[in-house]
Amino acid sequence: MLRIQGVGVMVDDQAKAHKFYTETLGFQVRHDIPLGEHRWLTVVSPADPDGPEVSLEPDQHPAARTFKAAMVEDGIPFTAFAVEDIEAEHKRLEALGVRFTQQPTDLGTVKTAVLDDTCGNLIMIMQGTPES
Amino acid sequence: MRTQPVDPGLTCKPQLAYALLGSLMDDLYRAIADPTRRAILDELVERDGQSLFELCGRLIMKHGIASSRQAISQHLELLEAAGLVIVKREGRYKFHWFNGEPLKAIAERWPAKN
Repeated sequence: MLRIQGVGVMVDDQAKAHKFYTETLGFQVRHDIPLGEHRWLTVVSPADPDGPEVSLEPDQHPAARTFKAAMVEDGIPFTAFAVEDIEAEHKRLEALGVRFTQQPTDLGTVKTAVLDDTCGNLIMIMQGTPES
Repeated sequence: MRTQPVDPGLTCKPQLAYALLGSLMDDLYRAIADPTRRAILDELVERDGQSLFELCGRLIMKHGIASSRQAISQHLELLEAAGLVIVKREGRYKFHWFNGEPLKAIAERWPAKN
């Protein structure tokens, strides 16, 4: 059986991503291993340190930045993270200067918001699930 | 082949203005004739300045409108042509805003009796 190890996020600068994903979003580093020009850099949630990892990978491929820019223009998040209290999280992150392209929105069984990770991606935070 | 020069004088301007106005009004009526486009306007009235992604999310979750992002994008273009939606770029983002101004022409044309 295949297991889900985590998700990759393509970032324009690993040092900046390291700072944003730990200091601002509140994840903690799981792996930080020099790998030639770049690093194998992954973070996990302190709530689930043995859980799925987010790999902060360099967006070196020329097509990656074109793709990312088109996604950001239309407000489409690259991936989503779960939160318990979206209003509290939104308030906390906005106070830290995080730019939201979508304020918390009640969509029935799920509440979502979309933020800019400063590394060329939009990230969704969500409370609840679409089916529950 | 046209041999007569087009009259650039004042005489043709009122007709031109009426023709332009008529075409704008056609765009307006066409824009609000579609239920998906009306739902888009409803959602923008509820929260102005939305990304395409947010609008699509609201349409599917709140209205059961599961049209493709591309289809919604085309609806937005029609609304923009009618002047009912204004697209503003903010850095790398693109947001959609409601503009009710063109609707005034309808109430002026057919005023409600007191």
